[in-house]
Amino acid sequence: MNQLVILDYGMGNIQSILNAFKRLGVTCIASADPTVISKADGIILPGVGAFHSAMNNLHSLGFYDVLNEQVLHHKKPFLGICLGMQLIAEDSVESQFTKGLGWIAAHVTKIETHHKYPVPHVGWNEVNYNNNSLLFNGINEGGHFFFDHSYHVECDPNLVVAVCDYGKPIVAGIQKDNIFAVQFHPEKSQRNGAKLLRNFLNFVKVYR
Amino acid sequence: MLKTRVIGTVLVKNNIAVQSIGFNQYLPIGIPEIAINYLDRWGVDEIIVLHLDGRENKLPPTVEQVKSYAAQCQVPLTVGGGITDVSHIKQIIRSGADKVVINSSLIIHPEIIPEGKELFGQQSIVVSIDAKRQNNNTFIAYTHSGRTSTNLTAHSLAKRAVELGAGEIFINSIDQDGSKKGFDLELIRSVVKDIDVPIIACGGAGHPKDIQMAMHCGAAAVAIGNMFHFTEHSVTTVKQYLKSLSEPIRLDSSFQYQDFSFDIHGRPAKLNDNVLDSLRFQYIKEEEI
Repeated sequence: MNQLVILDYGMGNIQSILNAFKRLGVTCIASADPTVISKADGIILPGVGAFHSAMNNLHSLGFYDVLNEQVLHHKKPFLGICLGMQLIAEDSVESQFTKGLGWIAAHVTKIETHHKYPVPHVGWNEVNYNNNSLLFNGINEGGHFFFDHSYHVECDPNLVVAVCDYGKPIVAGIQKDNIFAVQFHPEKSQRNGAKLLRNFLNFVKVYR
Repeated sequence: MLKTRVIGTVLVKNNIAVQSIGFNQYLPIGIPEIAINYLDRWGVDEIIVLHLDGRENKLPPTVEQVKSYAAQCQVPLTVGGGITDVSHIKQIIRSGADKVVINSSLIIHPEIIPEGKELFGQQSIVVSIDAKRQNNNTFIAYTHSGRTSTNLTAHSLAKRAVELGAGEIFINSIDQDGSKKGFDLELIRSVVKDIDVPIIACGGAGHPKDIQMAMHCGAAAVAIGNMFHFTEHSVTTVKQYLKSLSEPIRLDSSFQYQDFSFDIHGRPAKLNDNVLDSLRFQYIKEEEI
């Protein structure tokens, strides 16, 4: 049995991710205990809210070191969702300059406001992805996913596996070895989201 | 391309989902969770649950209620009614909602908007404004279920809400509520101008065409209550109607209405006999995820 652990660090909607996995017939646990994280087979970092309070929480709850050790050193499968994707970047300018986990060469900046493209970028957008992306296996090209964010990740194009268009291209998905991250909310994206979570589960299952 | 959101609204009074007419008459529908489950299955883009009695007795939806709504919902869930403190926002989001709706508190406890924004981000705060048309054709915002006038225009209040940190503005027409006569397009136009966050239009939808008109006035989303209840696949057929008018609409539910034409009320018309004949021999396998 592969144990999937959702990091409960006080940021946002853990319940809906638990619900999404429950629908797939998988029991995963949400935990605020770093020792539980170190025993996990797969780690999910969700997150809704402000970057700097999220980083503060990761530090104060003792997650920062255990995440680095498990994901970078032990190469455990990792999925970052929404703010969880932004946190793996080097830094963010949201409300104040804050250093992130720094796993990928990326920076988090505000989406430029334009009347035709109001910010936050909220709603169902079409996502275009690399054909060989494991995460999007079996999902139609241009499939819809739910986005809800005001800041976005600007990163090394080699790491980008999916983009969407919001006046300009927005990075929607990233993969670097065992590290996966998406800007949208798979747990809120009906069938496409369920397929994506199933793909991540399959990766965890065959990994090791 | 970003699609225009078609949002389903579920109004809850005394634990029962209701239809609302003119902010003062209510018809019972049934168990809120079942209404949510149908909307979700029929492919709605988002669900807003508003507790009407929360506004009266100043109590927000409970942890158990939000949890049981969230369990039925694979799309974003927004919950409101009776939120007067940032602890209520925390409680609702921790129970499985993605956003909260702030209404009367915009006037009485405006500080909860920046506080909520700081904790959960701007995108999680939706401010709803109930507006009533005046004799001089301006729109004045009301609080407390449309009973108390703020003496402020809907537009100026929307501007204030955005300055405080609202991520979206939900604009509801008291005059059109439950009328099925269409949205108040002038109200939408008056609020949309120089507001840089998405506007959700609500109140009065009776025909899929009404939704198209609201979209053309600049609404980023439309919220629909009464029209979606009591009709099988109501969400899917409304979205198919809009898609056939080439509107940017998300349609990826497993059942399709693409072969249907629509009657003058916007309801799907009977399929032609050839199509029905071919359907008799079609086996559609359920997809497993």
